[in-house]
Amino acid sequence: MKGQNLGFQGTPEQAEKLKKVIEEHKSTPGCLMPVLQEAQAIYGYLPIEVQTMISDGLGISLSEVYGVATFYTQFSLTPKGKHRISLCLGTACYVKGADKILAALEKKLGVKCGECTVDGLFSLDSCRCVGACGLAPVMMIDDDVYGKLNVDMLDDILQPYREGKK
Amino acid sequence: MTVAELNEIKARYADLIKVRQLIGEQSAKLEQATGYRKQVLVCGGTGCTSSRSKEIIEVLESTLKEQGINDVLVIKTGCFGLCALGPIMIVYPEGAFYSQMTPAHAKMVVERHLIPGGDVIKEYLYSGTLMPDGSIQPFLETPFYKRQMRIALRNCGLIAAEDINEAIGAGDYQALAKVLTTMTPDQVIEEMLASGLRGRGGAGFPTGRKWAFAKASQGDIKYVCCNADEGDPGAFMDRSILEGDPHSVLEAMAIAGYTIGSNQGYIYVRAEYPIAVHRLQVAIKQAKEYGLIGKNILGTGFDFDIEIRLGAGAFVCGEETALMTSIEGHRGEPRPRPPFPAVKGLFGRPTILNNVETWANINPIIMKGAKWFSSIGTENSKGTKVFALGGKITNVGLVEVPMGTTLRTIVEEIGGGIPNGKKFKAAQTGGPSGGCIPASCMDVPIDYENLKKIGSMMGSGGMIILDEDTCMVDISKFYLEFTADESCGKCNPCRIGTKRLLELLTKITKGKGELSDLDKIHDLAEHMQASSLCALGQSAPNPILSTLRYFEDEYRAHIIDKKCTAGVCKALLSYYIVPDKCRGCTLCKRNCPVGAIEGNLKQPHAIDTTKCIRCGVCITKCNFGAIIKK
Amino acid sequence: MVNLKINGISVSVPEGSTILQAANAANVEIPTLCYLKGVNCAGSCRMCVVEATGARGLVAACVYPVSEGMEVQTNTPKCRQSRKMTLELLLSSHKKKCLSCLRNTTCELQRLSLEYGADEDRFAGENKETPLDTSSPFLIRDNDKCINCRRCVAACKNLQSVEAIGPIGRGYAVHIGAAFERPTIESNCVGCGQCIVACPVGALTEKSNTDAVWKAMADPDKKVIFFTAPSVRATLGEEFGYPVGTNVEGKMVAAIRRLGNVEVFNMDVTADLTILEEANELVERITKNKPLPMFTSCCPGWIKFMEHNYPEMLGNISTCKSPQQMFGAVLKTYYCEKNDIDPDKLFVVSVIPCTAKKYEVGRSEFHKDVDVALTTRELARMIKTAGIKFNELPEEQYDDPFRIATGGGAIFGATGGVMEAALRTAAHMLDGKFEMIDFKEVRGVNPIKEAKYKVAGITVKVAVASGLANARKIVEAVKSGKKDYNFIEIMACPGGCINGGGQPTLSDSIRNSSVDLCGLRSKALYNLDKKMELRASHDSPTIKMLYNEYFEQPGSHKAHDCLHTEYTPREKY
Repeated sequence: MKGQNLGFQGTPEQAEKLKKVIEEHKSTPGCLMPVLQEAQAIYGYLPIEVQTMISDGLGISLSEVYGVATFYTQFSLTPKGKHRISLCLGTACYVKGADKILAALEKKLGVKCGECTVDGLFSLDSCRCVGACGLAPVMMIDDDVYGKLNVDMLDDILQPYREGKK
Repeated sequence: MTVAELNEIKARYADLIKVRQLIGEQSAKLEQATGYRKQVLVCGGTGCTSSRSKEIIEVLESTLKEQGINDVLVIKTGCFGLCALGPIMIVYPEGAFYSQMTPAHAKMVVERHLIPGGDVIKEYLYSGTLMPDGSIQPFLETPFYKRQMRIALRNCGLIAAEDINEAIGAGDYQALAKVLTTMTPDQVIEEMLASGLRGRGGAGFPTGRKWAFAKASQGDIKYVCCNADEGDPGAFMDRSILEGDPHSVLEAMAIAGYTIGSNQGYIYVRAEYPIAVHRLQVAIKQAKEYGLIGKNILGTGFDFDIEIRLGAGAFVCGEETALMTSIEGHRGEPRPRPPFPAVKGLFGRPTILNNVETWANINPIIMKGAKWFSSIGTENSKGTKVFALGGKITNVGLVEVPMGTTLRTIVEEIGGGIPNGKKFKAAQTGGPSGGCIPASCMDVPIDYENLKKIGSMMGSGGMIILDEDTCMVDISKFYLEFTADESCGKCNPCRIGTKRLLELLTKITKGKGELSDLDKIHDLAEHMQASSLCALGQSAPNPILSTLRYFEDEYRAHIIDKKCTAGVCKALLSYYIVPDKCRGCTLCKRNCPVGAIEGNLKQPHAIDTTKCIRCGVCITKCNFGAIIKK
Repeated sequence: MVNLKINGISVSVPEGSTILQAANAANVEIPTLCYLKGVNCAGSCRMCVVEATGARGLVAACVYPVSEGMEVQTNTPKCRQSRKMTLELLLSSHKKKCLSCLRNTTCELQRLSLEYGADEDRFAGENKETPLDTSSPFLIRDNDKCINCRRCVAACKNLQSVEAIGPIGRGYAVHIGAAFERPTIESNCVGCGQCIVACPVGALTEKSNTDAVWKAMADPDKKVIFFTAPSVRATLGEEFGYPVGTNVEGKMVAAIRRLGNVEVFNMDVTADLTILEEANELVERITKNKPLPMFTSCCPGWIKFMEHNYPEMLGNISTCKSPQQMFGAVLKTYYCEKNDIDPDKLFVVSVIPCTAKKYEVGRSEFHKDVDVALTTRELARMIKTAGIKFNELPEEQYDDPFRIATGGGAIFGATGGVMEAALRTAAHMLDGKFEMIDFKEVRGVNPIKEAKYKVAGITVKVAVASGLANARKIVEAVKSGKKDYNFIEIMACPGGCINGGGQPTLSDSIRNSSVDLCGLRSKALYNLDKKMELRASHDSPTIKMLYNEYFEQPGSHKAHDCLHTEYTPREKY
């Protein structure tokens, strides 16, 4: 029963891109991880349709592909928000109160960590140390890093994204 | 490229770099030789990039252009180490150390300092470099830098991170040339053994022995791997080396390849380090173009190629066998040892794996000799160690000190002490595999053996300083949450043990602990140490065991008195309003999300502790310090 | 050889041996959970921890290599304590519904917990509650009983190359399942049941159909027929304490007869019938230039494997139904007509060593010819439920008219058996004077066997494989043109049906010992064959009766309608 994920809307261009990636890597030993990474870069996540293409293309069983995809936190089986918030929960950030920032973000966005807002604008995740410990506590929204956070700053930071200015 | 050509580049760029190591007149003379009146070094490490160092470089360049200045060299370097003050920018020949720069400040620096006849803008300088008499102290003389000894970080913050010529100018690839043209593999191993270098990734296995095993293993195909999967939260030395001096790693891997008879290297690097990955890619590309990596290196007939593999967010992949399983494209689950990687590693072939910091030590050992290297450090721990200093400490950043330096030196002198007048409570080293060092052990010289003895471990070198506001039960719960989350789930002691340990700790922090839970914790911890499959499970109980060792009274206070002395564990706290201090402004009442605060305007308020959810909003809102938790 | 001491006992073992193997040689048993000889060796459950000189801390005996002069202690306080803790942790996350568990008393976790005095409540904590996977007609997965030993995963991957299941997620949340958590029936699982016999606990069991059988037997309107597959006689005794490899045919028939008002038939008859049809098909393919090689079709696990993985090669599989489905068809046509029975009132029960046959009975093309397929294990449970003292039973014979079969039919239960039986008959068909009966080259438990026979001027190249991983190798070799066989026998389970997914689950201490399970079980069948008067299927009077009275001749129109089938390409997943 394929097509479990009714929301999947891959384009032929994306499929073509993925096919190329698979062809390029096929003969490299241990290529599954790089292919999954590039596939996620193309589609934003790794639904069953994408993993099936990879399984077929590389001749690796779907259960193995899925086992790898669910082992690493980087891989996502569900679509992410338009803007991806990633709050660092590394030690340096934790001792400086990152847990409080996370709780505040969860409340503001109305989602739990790991989820995506209903409007699809934000997804909220935690991560382990972005290596900017000097700025702790830190979060990333897409590729931008926001440091030395406190709860009161959050609305100002989120606003431009809400208004579509970022 | 031949060795002669390599040396020619080195000679060409050496002066340019020397300027940055000298201050003042000497450097001014050299300046004339290089053709640049001034050099501006802007930190392009992750920390400073996060705080807009990229924009700063753009502003510098455009303003210089506007002003028609073309004898100032602007370069983007790796991390300077003092991340707390980023973005950082240094101007030579003065050695002016500008901190917490903004694009606007950068523009001013061009207009007031970099223009011909301009002068240092003292307001922008790092206060530590400004002497009471108004003179400027070289930044290397400030307490943060003075006690350091930079071997692994020697080129970080000194050279342009994406220019191989600068790397060569600073001495990179000299060791490779020396090894390939004048040393046999056995001589390299002898040198490594004599240096006493031990792996900087955690366990501290002697690097020379590792190489010797791999060399002795039979096989036409062997691999050299670099562990750049720096998963220890709060550690970022490997990232900084990759961002600041990627060639030092490439060079060292090639040396190892020559030594053990390998022609292929893999660097397994965290995908969360985009800048490091990019610089590695640039470095590999440039090194290949120069023939320093690839076929027939330096015309000696030795081939060595390097491929980058990205991690995907699994802490356990820092374990060597798990890392190899991951490169092979599988779930990053550890394999039983033996067979050891030196015999049967990546793809079943003899393999050596060292971490980034270890690799960064190779060039100096080859160039300056094992004798020099082994003269640094303690009896069994030679050389230096880089620590990522973080948490409740003034100078957050990267520090490299000789082995044997005391925690006190690091915290009080280099780190500048604890901010906000708080008291030092413990230093957590070794991340989730390490432990907490209490104030009573501050004078123990830090090396592999001593750290183990006091219940912690070197680990990769994260050092998080904890102050009196940190609850030690909560911090061990934090680490257990981490290891439970990162356990691969393959072996039972770790898969179930971390989960049950975490449950017991959670129970204690919720005020539901019983004294018998401490016995269970001890039993579980011992079991995991003795019987887990890999180092992750074996060392996962360390944070608990070390905090139990030094802070058992805190555990007991949680269990018996139902108190969290640090005021962290919410379930054990109550919030009160001190009537004498309360002005009755109603701010807390208005902000309380559950309506737990009562009181009339201009009259002392009170908190209904049965309604209070202990969110702490009232404390942050109160302007008079009238609300306390105990 | 390497010399070492296990608990002070000196042993010499080949270089590269593990401590566990050395202990075996010293007759010292080390407890294991994730280890299963020939299937899984991961060092992950940490039950087999021992102390060894030269090793830091405790080491896993199943993976730790021996070295010269090593001294191993397997029974120190430290070892026992660690094993007990491991068990207590496992019990803390195990659904302890032991009383109603199909593996009660044969569960390895239960046995070891008793041995080590583990307390099931000491580390009680949060547990997942996973719904049962009952989606397939052949197996039930209860992940709350799973101890994550991954023996099922290893069986599915290493023995079968099916890889329908694997570990998912990580840490405490790690669990076993098909990709995207899909239910078994929506995966590429072939139903072979090797995972079930690999499971040390009750996480994987067959879907039991005994209730349906009891119900039918209690229904006065139903006439219940049992027939038993060739290998069941060689394994059922294990459930009643007989040594591995005891042929209990007579007691088995007697026991089934005592379950209720049933007829008991011998499925070897349709094994013989299969041979006639299959040999005829082979001769026809060879002489009429039809697609070759021809693969055997008796094994439903193999058929589903091909439908998922090599749909393009379905034309190479013999169109013969499996003996089970032939029997169903014969009963509901010939037998009903002859005895004037309404086929709807006939309730047909096959007793088979196989879980894939539970799937096969439900395939729409077979119109419920067989109502229920019971595994050897289920039959044993029914016998126990009925209070039948199996060991005291007299030896009895199958009921007529499906009593007499040949040695060719009997050896169907072991790898190489179908091939040998077919060769006996095909050779006869091609050359009436051909006398050879023993084709020893295709016997034995080797995973892949090849042979060439010259019959009537034709060289017949044959191959035999058991275990789907080996089958895949042969299919790939054929596909790529590296091999040009004429006839290939495949059985999905390693060693054939005698090692099927429906056979008794023996304790780890037997399975991990030097006892050769497959060898002993198959020997029981070959011994039966050897002492039989009728060895070649075409000599069977029952077969002659069937053709004379009903099917006319092999490959006839009627035979085709009744005894042959076709296959359905399926998604690879």
